[in-house]
Amino acid sequence: MSDHDATAQMLRTPLYDLHVSLGARMVPFAGYEMPVQYPAGILKEHIHTRSQAGLFDVSHMGQVMLVGADAAAALETLVPVDIVDLPAGMQRYALFLNDQGGVMDDLMVANFGDGRLFVVVNAACKAQDIAHMQQHLSARCKVEVLADRALLALQGPAAGAVMARLAPATANMVFMNTATVTLVGAECYISRSGYTGEDGFEISVPADKAEALAKELLSHPEVAPIGLGARDSLRLEAGLCLYGHDLDQNTSPVESSLLWALSKVRRADGARPGGYPGAAVVFEHIAKGVARKRVGLRPTARVPVREGAELVDADGRKVGVVTSGGFGPTLEAPVAMGYVETALAKPGTQLAAMVRGKPVPVEVASTPFVPQRYYRG
Amino acid sequence: MSILKFTEDHEWLRVEGDVATVGITDYAQNALGDIVFVQLPDVGASFARGDEAAVIESVKAAGELKMPLAGTVVEVNPALVDAPATVNEDPLGAGWFIRVRLDDPSAAEALLDQAAYEKLTA
Repeated sequence: MSDHDATAQMLRTPLYDLHVSLGARMVPFAGYEMPVQYPAGILKEHIHTRSQAGLFDVSHMGQVMLVGADAAAALETLVPVDIVDLPAGMQRYALFLNDQGGVMDDLMVANFGDGRLFVVVNAACKAQDIAHMQQHLSARCKVEVLADRALLALQGPAAGAVMARLAPATANMVFMNTATVTLVGAECYISRSGYTGEDGFEISVPADKAEALAKELLSHPEVAPIGLGARDSLRLEAGLCLYGHDLDQNTSPVESSLLWALSKVRRADGARPGGYPGAAVVFEHIAKGVARKRVGLRPTARVPVREGAELVDADGRKVGVVTSGGFGPTLEAPVAMGYVETALAKPGTQLAAMVRGKPVPVEVASTPFVPQRYYRG
Repeated sequence: MSILKFTEDHEWLRVEGDVATVGITDYAQNALGDIVFVQLPDVGASFARGDEAAVIESVKAAGELKMPLAGTVVEVNPALVDAPATVNEDPLGAGWFIRVRLDDPSAAEALLDQAAYEKLTA
């Protein structure tokens, strides 16, 4: 967790009072006071999300609407992703790249089908991302920062049933579908997606209705409040990257094992190749390969292996570094991810992570560690 | 009879004669959160005051048990290896970590008593 500057003015989301009333432990995160856990604790919150449904406050994330007939083509100048042909009512994962092909941030883009693209970016990057979009897109479309909206996530196998009680039409949505629905009398933008590997929704709600919506969702017996601690262990088990840890300005999407996110039409041999920052580097990485890659790691002992631990081979030679690591409550075992030399990136490769000066055996593993259970109809 | 003492590093120790049972406080287990891994020292290992005697990993963080006083480990709590959550459930009881023969049992008198520790963590 970053940003521990106690002297800075901490921001609060519209759900701050609710978190406190629910007994949350609040911690600084990306400039916000956020709930890291509730009284149940990270382990129980994690398990609850995988077995029923968890409610997360992710209002610290940035929400932006790009408005105008040219918005999709304009956004394509910043991301290596097909936005122009993103169907109405669909959401897609994208990356802002810098001129060196490094990842400035990862984001979600939804096409509302009426000349509006709804963009969600990471909290720690949102000032940078908004400036980036304003600088490069505002001549071609409107860049509206939706500062008056909160963002909730409802995640878990019961999320679909709970959401259908509030808005029956959502039952027809499948993974990565988006819709505008009325919840607690407010216009909400929802997507069937999330950051846990489970079925679920992210819900953009007007700030003044956020608490009412959260309370409504929590009134359903399957739903419990979940903090950032379990959000991190859930996304790690799902093999999902955390920006600033598993992805940063110095990792290309190819090194990050995010090749799947680079749309075919935007690659060198595609119909609309390049035209985004760092395209030449990305093309070279795709064509020639890269020296290091992001991989999943399964420590074979019980001891958790944390971010920053060096990875070594059998000879003790440094071959990589752990970028995320901890305990996976569903697996009841430690899980991690990190970067290793490409020759050692094959699942099953035996390495060691240096923990308190001692080598702990780890095995390169495919991700997700826990099967994804997205709803595909 | 035994006396219960505390350290500013959030260990407790219950001293009986020259042997102290050592663990982490309720405050410490609560701050660490769900404990998922404990690594205990070998019986017979000697430590100076302040040395790291055991490793404690929670879901979110790594911590340690520091030796509240110099001494030699005479017993460890093997239950913690398979059930590290015992530390969360009963930190001052079943969640004890080690028993230590103290080099200087009288040094315990200078540690915090319960009232002083509660004031520290209030």
